[in-house]
Amino acid sequence: MADAPQGDFLVLSQISKRYGGVRALENVDFRCRRGKIHAVLGENGAGKSTLIKIVAGAVQPDAGSITLDGRLRQFGAPAAATAAGVVCIFQELSLMPDLSVADNISIAAPPRRFGLIDARAQRRRAEALLAEVGCEDVNPLVRVRDLPLSRRQMVEIAKALGQKPQLLILDEATSALTSADVEKVYSLLARLKTENVAILYITHRMHEVEALADRASVFRNGRHIETFDKGARSTAEIVQLMIGRDIATQYPPKPKRERRPIAALKVDRLGWENSLESISLEVGGGEIVGLGGLDGQGQKTLLLALFGVLRGVTGAITVNGRAVRPGSPAQAKAGEIRIALVPEDRKTEGLMLPMSVSDNLTIASLGALSFGPFVDFSKEAGAVEAGVKRLRIKIAAKTDAVSTLSGGNQQKVVIAKWLMTEPRIILLNDPTRGIDVGTKQELYRLMRELADQGAAILFYSTDYDELIGCCDRVAIMYDGRIVRELAGGELNETNIVASSLNIEGEGTASAGRESAHV
Amino acid sequence: MSSDLAIRIRQNFAFLTAVSLFCVVYLLYHVAHPKGFSSAVLVQNGDEVFTLALVAMAQTVPVLAAGLDLSVGALMTMVGCFASYLLSGAPDGTALSLDLAGWRLGLGTLPGGVPGILIGILVCLAIGAFAGLINGVVVVYGRIQPIIATLATGAIFIGVALFLRPQPGGKIDDDLNWALTNSLGDFASTVHIFNDGAAPWFAPFAGVPTPFVLLALIVLLVWVPFSRTVTGRAIYAIGSAEGAAYMSGLDVNRARIAAFTLGGFFAGCGGLFLAIQTSSGNADIPQAGAYTLNSIASVVIGGTSLLGGSGGAIGSVFGAMILRVISFFFRIFDIAPLLQPLFEGIILLAAVSIGALRVLRVKNTLELFR
Amino acid sequence: MTVIPTNLMPSRDDRPIFIAALFIVAILTAGTAYTLQRFGSAPLLSPNYLLQQLQIGAFLGIVAAGMMIVILISQIDLSVPWTLTAAAMMATAVGGPWAIPIGLTVGLAVGAVNGLGVAYLRVPSMIFTLGVNAVMRGLMVAHTGGFAPDTAATGLMRTLAAEHVFGIPNALFVWLAVSAIVAVMLQRTVLGRSIYAIGNKEAAAYLAGVNTKGVIVVCFALCGLTSGLAGVLLAGYSQKAYQGMGDAYLLPAIAAVVIGGTNILGGRGRYLGTLVGVILIVLLNSVLSIMEMPEAGRQVIYGGVIILMLLVYGRSEQVTS
Repeated sequence: MADAPQGDFLVLSQISKRYGGVRALENVDFRCRRGKIHAVLGENGAGKSTLIKIVAGAVQPDAGSITLDGRLRQFGAPAAATAAGVVCIFQELSLMPDLSVADNISIAAPPRRFGLIDARAQRRRAEALLAEVGCEDVNPLVRVRDLPLSRRQMVEIAKALGQKPQLLILDEATSALTSADVEKVYSLLARLKTENVAILYITHRMHEVEALADRASVFRNGRHIETFDKGARSTAEIVQLMIGRDIATQYPPKPKRERRPIAALKVDRLGWENSLESISLEVGGGEIVGLGGLDGQGQKTLLLALFGVLRGVTGAITVNGRAVRPGSPAQAKAGEIRIALVPEDRKTEGLMLPMSVSDNLTIASLGALSFGPFVDFSKEAGAVEAGVKRLRIKIAAKTDAVSTLSGGNQQKVVIAKWLMTEPRIILLNDPTRGIDVGTKQELYRLMRELADQGAAILFYSTDYDELIGCCDRVAIMYDGRIVRELAGGELNETNIVASSLNIEGEGTASAGRESAHV
Repeated sequence: MSSDLAIRIRQNFAFLTAVSLFCVVYLLYHVAHPKGFSSAVLVQNGDEVFTLALVAMAQTVPVLAAGLDLSVGALMTMVGCFASYLLSGAPDGTALSLDLAGWRLGLGTLPGGVPGILIGILVCLAIGAFAGLINGVVVVYGRIQPIIATLATGAIFIGVALFLRPQPGGKIDDDLNWALTNSLGDFASTVHIFNDGAAPWFAPFAGVPTPFVLLALIVLLVWVPFSRTVTGRAIYAIGSAEGAAYMSGLDVNRARIAAFTLGGFFAGCGGLFLAIQTSSGNADIPQAGAYTLNSIASVVIGGTSLLGGSGGAIGSVFGAMILRVISFFFRIFDIAPLLQPLFEGIILLAAVSIGALRVLRVKNTLELFR
Repeated sequence: MTVIPTNLMPSRDDRPIFIAALFIVAILTAGTAYTLQRFGSAPLLSPNYLLQQLQIGAFLGIVAAGMMIVILISQIDLSVPWTLTAAAMMATAVGGPWAIPIGLTVGLAVGAVNGLGVAYLRVPSMIFTLGVNAVMRGLMVAHTGGFAPDTAATGLMRTLAAEHVFGIPNALFVWLAVSAIVAVMLQRTVLGRSIYAIGNKEAAAYLAGVNTKGVIVVCFALCGLTSGLAGVLLAGYSQKAYQGMGDAYLLPAIAAVVIGGTNILGGRGRYLGTLVGVILIVLLNSVLSIMEMPEAGRQVIYGGVIILMLLVYGRSEQVTS
C-alpha cells in the first residue's frame, strides 16, 4: 500500500490487546482516509470489535499507538474519543432505554441555559437530527424503550450525527434496519463522504461491501491481513482471506423425497397478540424447514410460541399426532413433547456465562443425569465428555467458565446442551449469527445429520444462502403470517426476496429495492 | 400537541398514581378529622412528615442510579446527634471539643446567637453531604456493591452517632425549634420579619405550616435544578443502562458519587429537622433502621423503580406522605393501637404489590427477566 | 484469536474463604494479645469459651444459611426478623409436643408466601419481604398485646438450645446438621444446580427448562424455615420469646454471607464461606465485648471490617461495555 501519509486521517500502529489468555489483536497496523468508506471485514473473533473499541476509547491497547489527524492520541474513555471527533454507531449499545429520544440524542453535551439542560432547545435539536435520518415520525419525547428495534437504531444514528463526527465508525449498524432505512443510511454515508468524514464500516455482508466500500481491510485471528481498493479482490478471494483457507461454503446434500414425511410438528392456525396470525405449518420428522422473511415479521415469536414462552397463544399445536400446549420451556422439553429451542442471544438466553462449560451443558438434562434429588456425577461427566466430543467443542477444561470460549464454541455448547435432551423437534433461532464460517459448516452438517436421524427441525435464519442451502422447504413470513412456502426448484433467492416483500410472482431486480411497509 | 401530553402522562403513570392516591387519602383524613383543615392539624402533619420525606428523597437518588443506600437512617441519626451539639444557640457561643479515650482535642468555639445557629446548620448539612460522599467513594473506588457498602457505612455512622450521644440529650435553641416546627406566621414572628408576621399582605400565608414550605423549598431549589443538570441526568442514565451511559461519554463514577452525596445531603436535612423538632439528639438504632426501611417503601410507592433509571424524588415525597397519613388515620379512627402495626403492614404490602398487576398482563415471559 | 492456557489460580470462590479464615486468626490473635496484656490470661483460646461463642453463633449461623440460599438466586429476605419472632412466639404459645413443629411451620409458611410474591407477582424481593415483615410484626403485636408473651419455651426447645451433650452445646449440633443439609443441597443436588443457574442468569435457566418459579418459592420457603428454626432455638435459649428478638439477626446474617464470599448479586458462593463468615462475626463481637468496647466503637469496627474484607477480596468488575 503506498498511501500519501498526509491523506491518512487515522493511523494505528502496532496495536496489541490481550484478554486474559486470548490475544484479541496482535501488532495491527491500519490506516484510513477522510472522505472514504473503509470496510472492515473478518469473522467473529477476528478482532474487529476490539479494534473498534480501542479506537472509540472504550478499551485501552496493551501496546501500540493511535494517530488521529497527524497527532498522537490516547483515549482513556469514550468521552475523549468523542471529543476528538471519533463517533461510533453500535447495534444499540449506547442508548438508555428509560430516557427519551431527545435526552438520548443530546445525552453528553446538551444545550444548556443557566447551567441547566434546555429541554426545548434539546428537543429542537433532536427533531432536526431525526429529520436528517428521515425519521420525522419519531416523537422526541418518547422513551427509547417504547420504540421498535429499527427505530432505535435510527435514533442511535441520529445521535452519532449530532456529535459531528470526523471519523464515523459503524459496527454492524444496519442489521436491525428495514430495507427502506438501510437506503437512508446509504445516502447519509454518501453525503458524509462529500463532507470529508472518514468512515469505517464493519460488516459481515458482502453485498454491502460491494455497494459501499472504497477500500476494505480483512482481519483474521487478531491480525490485519490485507487492505485493498474497491474491486481489487473478488468475493471468493475475500472470503479466502477471511478464513485463511480455500473453502466454498458447502452445504450437505439434501435427501430426495417422494412424499412428504409424516408431520412430527403440526401447527394449525396459531395466533398470538398482534404478532402472529393464523400460522399453519408442518414439519416432518427428518425435514429441515426454514423460516424466512425480513427481520421482525414474527419468526422469532413463532419459535417462542412453540416453546411455551408466550401466554395466550391461540390455535392448535400437534406433536406426533397429539395435541399439546406447552405452558413453559420445562413442559416443552418434557418427555411427551421434547421440543428444544436454541435461542436468539446465546449470551443472555442460551448460557450462564460465569458458570462452567460442564454446568451449562447439563442444565437442561439434569433430570436424566440424577438419581432422586442428587446429581449423578459420573453420569454427568460421561455426558459432558460425549457432548464435547460430538460437537468438537474447543475447551481447555470443562470447569472453565463458558465466557472464556469463542462465539462459535459457545454456540456449540448451547446446541450440545439441547442435544443431551434427545429432542424430537429442534427449533433454531438464527443460530449462526456472529459465528465463524468453519463452525457454521459444522453446524449445517450437524443439522442434516440430526434430521437424518429423525428429528424435525425448524430453522430461522436471516441469511438467504443458508436457507437455500440447508432447508428442504422454506416458509416466508410477512407481518405475522406465512405468505409462501418454497420448495425444490422454487427455493431460490429471487423468490425469497419477492415473498419477503410480499410481492406476488417472480420479482424483478427493482423489486429488491422497493421500500417495504413494515 | 395532545400526543405530547399523552406521552408524558403514560411515562409518569406511577408518579401520577401516587399523587392521586395521596390526595384522596389526605382529603379523606381531613374530612374525617374533627379539626380537619385547620392550621394546627396541618402543622402537626408537616412536622411528622418532613423527616421521612427527606430520608425518602435521600434514598431515591442512589436508587435511580440502580443502587441502594441502607445507611440513610443511620446518616440521618448521626447528623441529628451533631445538631444537638451545634444548635444549642447559647448566647455566648459553644465550646467544641473532641474527647476520645481520655484525650481532649479542642475544636474551637461556635459563636453565639443567630450566627452560631446558621453556622451550625451549614456544618450539619456539610456533614450529611460528606457522609454521602464517603458512601459514594466506597462504592465507586472500593468497587463494592452499594447494598453491602452502605450496610457497612451505616454501621459506622450509627457508631459515630452513639459516640456523640450515648444517651439521648443535647439542646436545640428554643426559638429555632419554635420557628421551624410551626406555621409561617410563627416563623415570621420569631425571626422578626414581615412586621413580626402581622403584615396584612402576609395574612393568607401565616397559617401555612413551615415544614411543608421547607420541604417545597428543598425540592424546588435543590432537587429540581439538580435533576436538570447533566450530572443529574447522568444518574438516570447509569440506572437505565450503565454500559450505554459509559459508551456515550458520561462520567459514570462522578454521577454515582454525586448520587450518594446528594442522598447524604437530603438525609442530613432530615436528621437536622428531627433534632430541631425533638430538641435533642438521639442515637436510636431501631428508629434508624425503621427510617431506612420506610424510605425504601416510600420510594417504591412513589413510583421509582428499584431497578433504576425511572422515577424521581418528588414521587418519593408523596410516597412518604402516603405512609405517614395512613398512620394518621389510625389516630382518628381510634383503631386499637394493637392493630395499627398490622394494618400498616397489610397496606404496605398491598401498596407495593399493586405493581404486580402490571406483571400479570405480560404475555411474553422473557420480558419478565431483566 | 489464539488461546493461551491460563495459569492455575486458586478458584475465585475459595479465595474469600481463605482470607476470612486468616481474618479470624488475626482477630483471635489481637484479642488474645489484649487479654494477655490486660488480664494476663487468654480466655479467647479456651475451648469452653469458644464453644460458648459458637453456641451463640449457631442462631446467626442458621439464619445465615437460609439467607445465603436466597441471596444466591439474586434475591433477599428482609422478613427474617419478624418471621423468627413469630415462630418463637407461636411455638411458646402452643407449647407441648407441637411447639417446635408449629414454629417451623410458621417459618415455612411465611417463606412460601415470600416466594409466591416474588416468583408469581414478580414484586422485587427487597420490598415484598419488607412488607411481609411489617405484616408479621403487626400480627405478633396484635396477638401478644405488645408485650413479651409470658408463655415459656418447652423443655425440648431448651434442651436443643441451651443444653450440652458431651460438653458440646446441642445448638452446635443443630447448626451442623443445617449446614450439612444446605451444603449438600447446594453442591450435589439438582435443586442446588438450579439455584446457581437462576442466580447467574434467570432467563437462560428458564429457557433451559428449569422450573424457575418453583425453585424461587422453595428457596424462600427454606429461608423462612431456617428463620423459624432459629426463632424456636432462640426462645429455648432465653426460655421465652420477646418482642424484637429477631431484629439483631438480619444485617449480620447478610454481612456473614457476603463476607463468606457469596456475591450479593447472586450466582456465586460456597456454603463454607458463610460458615466462616458467621464465625468471624461472632468472634469479632466477642473480642470487642471482652475489650469492653462501647457500642459506638463496636459499630464502627463492624462496619470497617466488612468494608476492609470486601476490598481485600477483589472488587466487582467495572462496567466498561
